[in-house]
Amino acid sequence: MSKVSRVSKISGATFRDSFSVSLTVGAYGVAFGAAAVANGFTVLQSCLLSLLTFSGASQFAVVGVLGAGGTALSGITTASLLGIRNGLYGVIMAPRLKVKGFKRIVAAQVTIDESTGVALGQEVRSQEAMRQGFWLTGFGVFIFWNLFTLAGALGAQAMGDIRAWGLDSAVPAAFLGLVWPRLKTNNDRILAVGCALFAIAMTPILPAGLPIIATAFIAIAVGLRKSGSNNE
Amino acid sequence: MNKYWIAVIGTSAIAFLLKYSGHSVPEKWLSHPKIQKVNALIPIALLSALVAVQSFTEKSKLMVDQRLLGLVVAIVALLLKAPFPVVVISAAVSSALLYRFG
Repeated sequence: MSKVSRVSKISGATFRDSFSVSLTVGAYGVAFGAAAVANGFTVLQSCLLSLLTFSGASQFAVVGVLGAGGTALSGITTASLLGIRNGLYGVIMAPRLKVKGFKRIVAAQVTIDESTGVALGQEVRSQEAMRQGFWLTGFGVFIFWNLFTLAGALGAQAMGDIRAWGLDSAVPAAFLGLVWPRLKTNNDRILAVGCALFAIAMTPILPAGLPIIATAFIAIAVGLRKSGSNNE
Repeated sequence: MNKYWIAVIGTSAIAFLLKYSGHSVPEKWLSHPKIQKVNALIPIALLSALVAVQSFTEKSKLMVDQRLLGLVVAIVALLLKAPFPVVVISAAVSSALLYRFG
């Protein structure tokens, strides 16, 4: 393994945030594994999607599209539209992580909603906590997500209905918990509520994934417009 | 090679390229104050949208179900300054109870 330059103490709070997100989100891998097999993917293909694509929304999308009779191309396109989000996260994380070479490849692979969200959530503590949050959550979700994918694919019926276990509410609650500390000003809150409403309103109209991606452009427009009015 | 293999390989390859290209944008592009501002706002936008879409939609349809209760419970927990795991678990438990017994 790559040598960590400085073995610094990981704060309990950072570890707790990372671990709870990793386990909660990772457990959702059961649902993915089950969904993949139910939609005609083999156990091997399901596990490879979790190992290589490693982005829940994209994985659910490609499985859903092919399962509904879509072509490989439409499945790949939908999944990739959802994956643009991770590219944006990469832009956010790169200057904060400052990694090169092989480490950057690894960082890229574990750049997802959760690792980015937890990292940014730790920023109020310290830059070190932010980096630890990224790596802990990235690896944590990777491990749990892949283990649970295998479990779900092998025993698709074992858990049955994920809704009976509340997993369908745990994931949005986790995202809410991540965005909450970032809402410092009224402008932030207006942006959050506006983007939430926009995404819901656009869901029946736009192809899956686009309503979420589109909100990034709302953030860009807002950020470029108000100059200096909101000093942080 | 059937469509499932093409989808697995294609999705995975593009997913990684998107992630890696994000990490490879020159740092200079990001030092401008406005870019920093945008950088801070983007996660708010995307995470809020994810909360909404995962709470109120299913397969491109709007839907209000037990997840609404989970979301309300999560908001109450956050207002009470509950720690993160409590927020997530209380949302899951309330939603699961409503789904099973509602």
